[in-house]
Amino acid sequence: MSALVVPAPTSARQLSKPTLWLTAGVSAFVAFGVFGVLMAAGISEGFNIVAAVFASAILFVLLSYVMSRIVEGRRKAADRLATGLVTTAFIVALLPLISLIWTALVNGLPRFDALFFSSSMRNVVGEGGGGLHAIIGTLEITLAATIISVPIGIMTAIYLVEYGKGRLAKAITFFVDVMTGIPSIVAGLFAFALFAIFFGPGIRFGIGGAVALSILMIPVVVRSTEEMLKLVPNELREASYALGVPKWLTIVKIVIPTAIGGIITGVMLSISRIIGETAPLLIIVGMSTSMNYNLFSDRMATLPVFVYTQYASQGSDAQAYIDRAWTGALVLILIVMALNLIARLVSKLLAPKGLR
Amino acid sequence: MTIEVQESTQAKAPGRLGDKVFSRSSLIAGSLILAVLAAVAIFLLAQSLPAFLADPADVNDGQGFWVYVIPLVFGTVWAAALALAIALPFAIGIALFISHFAPRKLAQGLGYVIDLLAAVPSVVFGLWGITVLAPAVQPFYTWLVDNLGWFPLFAGPVSGTGRSILTVAVVLAVMILPIITALTREIFLQTPRLHEEAALALGATRWEMIKVAVLPFARPGIISATMLGLGRALGETMAVAMVLSPSVIISFALLQSQNPTTIAANIALNFPEAHDLGVNVLIATGLILFIITLLVNSLARMVINRRKAFSGAN
Repeated sequence: MSALVVPAPTSARQLSKPTLWLTAGVSAFVAFGVFGVLMAAGISEGFNIVAAVFASAILFVLLSYVMSRIVEGRRKAADRLATGLVTTAFIVALLPLISLIWTALVNGLPRFDALFFSSSMRNVVGEGGGGLHAIIGTLEITLAATIISVPIGIMTAIYLVEYGKGRLAKAITFFVDVMTGIPSIVAGLFAFALFAIFFGPGIRFGIGGAVALSILMIPVVVRSTEEMLKLVPNELREASYALGVPKWLTIVKIVIPTAIGGIITGVMLSISRIIGETAPLLIIVGMSTSMNYNLFSDRMATLPVFVYTQYASQGSDAQAYIDRAWTGALVLILIVMALNLIARLVSKLLAPKGLR
Repeated sequence: MTIEVQESTQAKAPGRLGDKVFSRSSLIAGSLILAVLAAVAIFLLAQSLPAFLADPADVNDGQGFWVYVIPLVFGTVWAAALALAIALPFAIGIALFISHFAPRKLAQGLGYVIDLLAAVPSVVFGLWGITVLAPAVQPFYTWLVDNLGWFPLFAGPVSGTGRSILTVAVVLAVMILPIITALTREIFLQTPRLHEEAALALGATRWEMIKVAVLPFARPGIISATMLGLGRALGETMAVAMVLSPSVIISFALLQSQNPTTIAANIALNFPEAHDLGVNVLIATGLILFIITLLVNSLARMVINRRKAFSGAN
């Protein structure tokens, strides 16, 4: 550390709770008052509640710092300031989340109807139409990506935890970590570059999207499965070997069942990560307005690309397109949140009894 | 369970065979990952070679490939750096709040709430950026340009829609916030208990304890978390593509309607209409993005791995 500095002793006097509450009240009153006056004077349009809350929080932090500085001394004041700033940072970070979910609900609910879930955009100009084709496409492509990624991911994790030694295992661990950081659009370009060599530059089909998404999904599956397998106590493996069970059966019958809850959770979280990916699908899958159940031919619609195209190319009745975009976004958020929630539930329910 | 165990002990030979098959297939799966990463590099290189080798007169209206790509690289790095500058203080603050300030019982729940931000798809962030954020910050931008316009970053004329690079940086910051927060939070929690208690026992306040015990311990972790966040911000596509009104320029001004765009956003916007050499040029820019993020991520991972070796935490 730096040179020893004997700190000033903290003062015995303290700010009382009622004083702090009073400070909070005063700063809220002042901040809301100022914004109220601004509105009344017509300088700002409408009452900006977010700014008012933010201003009162900052005012409170500063006021309590000054008061603490006078009453409690420099060190306690710094402590209060840090606490205040850190708490403010957390609250500020919640603002975009709340605002985003609120906006998606308000704008998405008007078209969150039966028609949206029962029709495609075929021959639709202006109002009406829906996202069924996009929902089907998203489900098919995500399913295909999961089928590709999960076996590879789990087997790699098994290799790393149970078999891998030396340089190869180290290299795989390192590159799995690096792979986590591949930008999604590069995964899309890779899938395109791969298939364009075989099928020509105009190639657009669903399975290409699944390959691109697998590139993004595999490292996540490997990482989470690896962590879970590492948690399985070695005593279980040794007990199984002592009974003469071969290694592979020990893994299949003892290690994996013990860790299955965590593995499923990891897979679901990785699905929730890729299901909202737009960029790779935009490149290799393209967009279509009608139903296409066939992964292996022609363009397909997917929910994220649906949201993007509805917003990016609005037709004559712009509001209808924006409404559909928001409904698509709302459906996407709901799917992702549901996946997250179920994943957490699964990990709770399937946790081995000793570890619960 | 017991029956199967007996079966396998009796039939020893098939067990050995199973062992071989199983270990081979897991080895193949592991090697496949290396092969895939190599394939990504090789196929991108193969498809971008025409762009590198082409006569400069054919690329980008006769100006050549590098004139085209350098503003994009600048935009990518600039937007990511801005996003990082906004996100980092908040992420460290939030991580400290969850690990050391919030009540113990609430801490995990609060962590989940921040993780929810990571679950929101980027296209939704883009939509939110255009419809909510850009109009909300536009008056503030106008005020900045009017009052602080002499400062080069805030030079006018102000964007009328609020869809400037600063708005993009804010959206990106929100998107990388959960990643940096999650990693730094883990590292803050790994601070040896004894260090913290020793600091408190010497009479340090909580903030002083964090300054002398937690932050020095966590510094390498914070650096690598920052770089992982940077990697994510560099490659983020849709939010940038939707919010920014793009143009290929180099400019540091934050609030104008003419903004440098990023590699990823440029690919997403132009790829559907690209043809012939245009496709190769876009893939070549993608290769450059791939190399940049690969370098950033490898560096971050090396910092993490080096640290793991001599920390007592594991």
